[in-house]
This record gives sequence, C-alpha cells and structure tokens, in this order.
Amino acid sequence: MGYSKDQLLARLKELQIEFSQYEHPVVLTVEAQAKYVGNMGGVLSKNLFLKDKKHRYYVVSALADTKVDLKVLSQRLGLGKGGLRMAPEEALGEILQVPLGCVTPFAVVNESARHVSLLLDQGFKSQKCCIFHPLSNDMSIFLNAQGLDKFLKSVGRNPSYIDLEANPPVGKDQPPDLAAFVPSDSPVLSDLPEKAPPSQDSTGKSIGAATNSAAVTAKAVKPSGNAQNVKEKPVDSVRPSIPAADAGKFVEELLDRASALLLSEISEDSIKQHGGQLGDEVANNIKKCLREDLKNLATIFKNTAYTEGFYAGTRYQPKRL
Amino acid sequence: MEKTEDKNQQPEEEQVVNPWEVSAKDGGKIDYDKLIDKFGCQRLDQSFVDRVQRLTSRPPHVFLRRGVFFAHRDFNDILDAYERGEKFYLYTGRGPSSEALHLGHLIPFMFTKYLQDAFKVPLVIQLTDDEKCMWKNLSVEESQRLARENAKDIIACGFDISKTFIFSDFDYVGGAFYKNMVKVAKCVTYNKVVGIFGFTGEDHIGKVSFPPVQAVPSFPSSFPHLFSGKDNLRCLIPCAIDQDPYFRMTRDVAPRIGYHKPALIESLFFPALQGENGKMSASDPNSAIYVTDSAKDIKYKVNKHAFTGGQESIEKHRQYGANLEVDIPIKYLNFFLEDDAELEHIKKEYGAGRMLTGEVKKRLSEVLTELVERHRRARAAVTDEMVDAFMAVRPLPNMFD
Repeated sequence: MGYSKDQLLARLKELQIEFSQYEHPVVLTVEAQAKYVGNMGGVLSKNLFLKDKKHRYYVVSALADTKVDLKVLSQRLGLGKGGLRMAPEEALGEILQVPLGCVTPFAVVNESARHVSLLLDQGFKSQKCCIFHPLSNDMSIFLNAQGLDKFLKSVGRNPSYIDLEANPPVGKDQPPDLAAFVPSDSPVLSDLPEKAPPSQDSTGKSIGAATNSAAVTAKAVKPSGNAQNVKEKPVDSVRPSIPAADAGKFVEELLDRASALLLSEISEDSIKQHGGQLGDEVANNIKKCLREDLKNLATIFKNTAYTEGFYAGTRYQPKRL
Repeated sequence: MEKTEDKNQQPEEEQVVNPWEVSAKDGGKIDYDKLIDKFGCQRLDQSFVDRVQRLTSRPPHVFLRRGVFFAHRDFNDILDAYERGEKFYLYTGRGPSSEALHLGHLIPFMFTKYLQDAFKVPLVIQLTDDEKCMWKNLSVEESQRLARENAKDIIACGFDISKTFIFSDFDYVGGAFYKNMVKVAKCVTYNKVVGIFGFTGEDHIGKVSFPPVQAVPSFPSSFPHLFSGKDNLRCLIPCAIDQDPYFRMTRDVAPRIGYHKPALIESLFFPALQGENGKMSASDPNSAIYVTDSAKDIKYKVNKHAFTGGQESIEKHRQYGANLEVDIPIKYLNFFLEDDAELEHIKKEYGAGRMLTGEVKKRLSEVLTELVERHRRARAAVTDEMVDAFMAVRPLPNMFD
C-alpha cells in the first residue's frame, strides 16, 4: 500500500515545506504536462526509472532540458557501457508504487523503494521553482530544491546533486565517479515472493519518521535476496541476509551456517585422516569457526528484539484507572 | 608520573601527535617508544595479555596479542579491582566528521566490543558532534546527522544494547553531565589548556571550552540514569594514542574533584594504504579501506595503492625477501588476520622471498573483504529505531550480567 498523493501533500505541509500545487487532467509525458503547467514560472523535470543488470533500481530526476545519456551514466556508475536500461512497467507499480508516467523523486517515501538510488540533477539547485508529480499524474507541485531536500531528509534520504551532463573518463586509474550511487544491499525483487507486510496505516506513522519507521515493518523488510555482489566467498557464508527479531529465521540462519561448515568438514580425506575421531574433530572445528559469527548474529537478534520492545514501550498507553 | 606536554616548546622537526594532527618526523614512521616516553604512559607487555586471558577465561583479542593496543595508564589497577570483584565501565567515542568510516575508525570499537564481552561491563559511547561542528565548521544539523549515521556503523560492531548507552553531545550535555563539566573546567587554567592543546589567540572560545566535554564521561556521576549511587565505579577508556592529551588533563583534575582517575588502554595508528607516515584520512578515498567498499574496491585498492616491501623484480625478491618493516599488507594482516600460525607462516615465507607480494595481497583482500562484508550485513540490520533505543536515556538494569 503505497503513499497517496494526499498523504504526501499533508506530509509536505507538516514539514512546513513551501510548495504550490496545480491539478490538471492526467498526463503521461513531459510534453503533455508542459501544456498545462509549462507557463507558470516553474521548470519542468523529467524523471527516469532505471534498472541495471543486477536488478538494482535508480530514479534519475533532472531538469527537462538536461541531456541524460544512459550509456555515460552507466559507465559513471561503474556498470559498464550498457548496464542501464529503463525499468519494466511492473517495477514501477511494485517498487515505486506510482502509475505509469508518474516517476518522481517523491516516490522514495515508499518502503518498497528503500533501496532505489536517487540521482538528482544539480540544475535543480539554481532554480527558484521545480515541477514534479506528487505520486499522481493528475497534479503537479512546484517547490525548490531546498524543499525537496527537507522532504528527502525527513524520510531518511541524503539528497545529493550531480552534474548529469558531465562525461568524465572512466578507466583503470579513474574509478567511476558515481559508484557510490549504486545500491549495495538491494533485494532481488524480481523473484521476491514476500513483500513488506502492508505497512501500518500511514496515519500510524509518527510525523517525520524515517523510511524504516514502524518497528513492525522492520521485521520483514530485511534484504532476503539470494543474489549478492559477486565475490569469492568461503562456503559457510552464502546467505547475506540478517534475520531480524524473527526467531524462526534466526535459527534457520544458524543451522544453515553450521550445516554448511559441517558438510565442508566431512570429506573422503578427512574421514581417512581422522577415522573414528572425525566426530570430535569436526565438532571442535565447528565451535572454533562459528563461535564469533554466531555470537554476532545473536547480538543482532537481541538488539532487534530489544528495539522492538523499546519502541512499543515508548508508545504504550498506561492502564486507565 | 604524569608529564604534561608543552606543545609550544616543540622544535619543528619533532613528530606531532595530538587529537587534530598526527605526523611523523621527516615523513618517516611514528616513533611509539618516544611517544610513550613523552606522554608518560606505560607499555602494555605480555604479562598484561596473559593476565587478561586468565581473568576473562577466553583467548585475548587479536589486537592485544599483536600489540596493536600497546600502551596504558593504570590498566593494572582496573585488573586488580576486577579480581577483587569490583567492576568498571568502558568509555569510548567518535568525532563524527564524515559519513565515510574506514577500517582505522573501527579499531577502537572492535576492541571495545571485545572488552565488553570479555569483562561483562557496560559501555558509554560519546559522539562529539559539537566538536566537529566547531573544528570542521559543519552546521549543527549536519553534525547531528553525521552522528546518527556514524552511530549505525558503531552499533554494527556488535555492541549489546542492554549494556550500551550511546549519546551525542548536542543531545545529552546538561544536567549532571554539565555540572561535572563545570567542575572540571574550574580546575584547568587557560594557560594549561593552551599548553596541552596548542590553542592560540585566534581560536574561538568554543574550542577552548570543549575539552571538559570529552573529559567528564570518565566520571560515573555524569550518567545518573546509569550509575547513580556508584560514585566509586572505575572507568577504562580504549582509544587511539592521539587522544591521550584529553585524558592526561582529566586524570590531573580527577583527584581534585574527588573522582577516580580514568584508566586508559591505547592503540597504534592504523597506517594508510600508501605507507606508514600518519593516520588514514577520511578525505582521501584511496588511503583507506571504507566499510562501504565492495570486494572489487578492496581488491583494487590493495593491489594498486598498498605500499609494499616487496622487491622490484621476482629474482631480487626471491634473493632478498620482502622488507616487512614497511610492507603495508603485512601490517594490515597483523591487525586483522586472526590465525597467529598463518600470520607467522606468511611473514616467514614472504620475508625469505619464497612468497610473492601478489599472494600476500590476495590473502589480505580476502581477510578485509570478509570483515567489511560482515560489517555491512550487521549494518543493514540497524534501523533508526535501534539507534533511538541505543541513544535513549534509560536504565540498563543488566549492565553487569
């Protein structure tokens, strides 16, 4: 259940961000939008929803006139020459939770867009007034970059503006300058069966809460993707995900690690080497290798559970006498 | 015997070590023996390491075994008291000047976590957002924001929330904390603080009055919600040795206001990738491995930028062996490779020229990647609510369990 236009407008008002709004028939393109709001003193934005080969998503928001070259951008992000393409329509609804033709930086207010990287055109900063869709194509809102920043910060985002038209060389000695914008721990959403449970009604969210506010949603929104950045990894740490205060998941993670290590310890050679003592040998090795790892996992579990309790405690209603 | 450092009398060529600047003499290595001598602290020798192992019934942390934490003040008093059944609390901190945390930043936190687990004691962590606001000229909001961001990486080091209180100066200064600040401030003359920290007439008064802020977390009465009634509780401060001046000042003042002197356990500087002449710098991305670096970044940085002691050609290398004194991969492995036997083997083979630099670098990349990966996974589990909970002024009833 994504944020609605009205909820967004209410939030902007709560944050005391200066903006104006204008309703118009539904528009699907910048040209169409320009017909209605092009002459009102603001500068239109064009917004692209992109995806890379590793199923990571990006929103590129720029002045309508800024030239955005996807090939260049792809290189600057460190994705190679053809690494970026337009995201499929389904992703729009699933991740950004906005309709077609409505990509907007405001979509990152949604929990589902937590791992979407936001690239903002530095051109916005010098404009008095920029035009965006407020999660719906039948309205445009006008605000300046500071207002946008304030909103983004309120949802836990750190707004950073870049020169989208720049084309710096990328090579062995010049690392991709936008590499920091590539999401590092995004879930593999294309085969993600479980989505965040319908988040508590946004009215339940406290004002100005960060993206991952309600402790309830903190449980299931952990990256449980199976794909991960490519690297050589030792066999006992295949799963990147950290189980939150979910006892079942926690135990599964522990058992997975222990059994992976167990299997790696038992081979023809080790059987030959240790014979009957293999059990002892393996047991000792498992304890030695996993002790610290498992303690760390347990501490994370404990901290998460405590946090959930703490959050609940700060909001509990004392018994009425 | 406490020696106070008089910075104004330093001849130019001497090495400089203070909370805001670290540089070696003539761009060479930091002379730690000289530093211990000048500062007046003690070497942490093997007997301490053995004693810690005995008292905590677990293997001592790799940083202790390898002499990364190499100096102390009154650590023996802490251990004596602990043996008698008297607990203590830990105090460490971070100046949140940047979002980018590198491995050097994690070192005191990794060690502090070990101390918390091994001795089963509580911990307070100070985020000096006010200091960075003043010294780095950040806005108040930005320094507060950085403090929260850094708190997430700190939490990811694995601290136990039921025994840990994290606070930022902007949030917490006031009440009992401030009362102690005034008590400390009254005991330190302007001249003294100029002598210790090198302030000049051009420095603004914020800087001059900051030192008490970093001093008073050493006193349990600064945290009435945690240690009320425990005025006798001792404090142990794990930190890098450049923080020593703050605590020399604190130790000087403590008895005058009726408190125990805090004990210190101090670490070496983590060398920059390019070589052993100072600290890593958060502003030069290639001088350090960041906790946000990918495996590819790590491999690239280690291969391209790590300063090695290997010889110029394979033949020369096989003949003369590597210069372990300056070799950065070996130094890094010294910090992070847990297995003593493996490290010894690598040092022996590499020093004799039988192992090549590439192999050492490859092993280092693996070790660092595993470390950074583990940190990243833990970091992903830290939510804003968790930060709020760690930073809430709340009692910690199980802090000594």
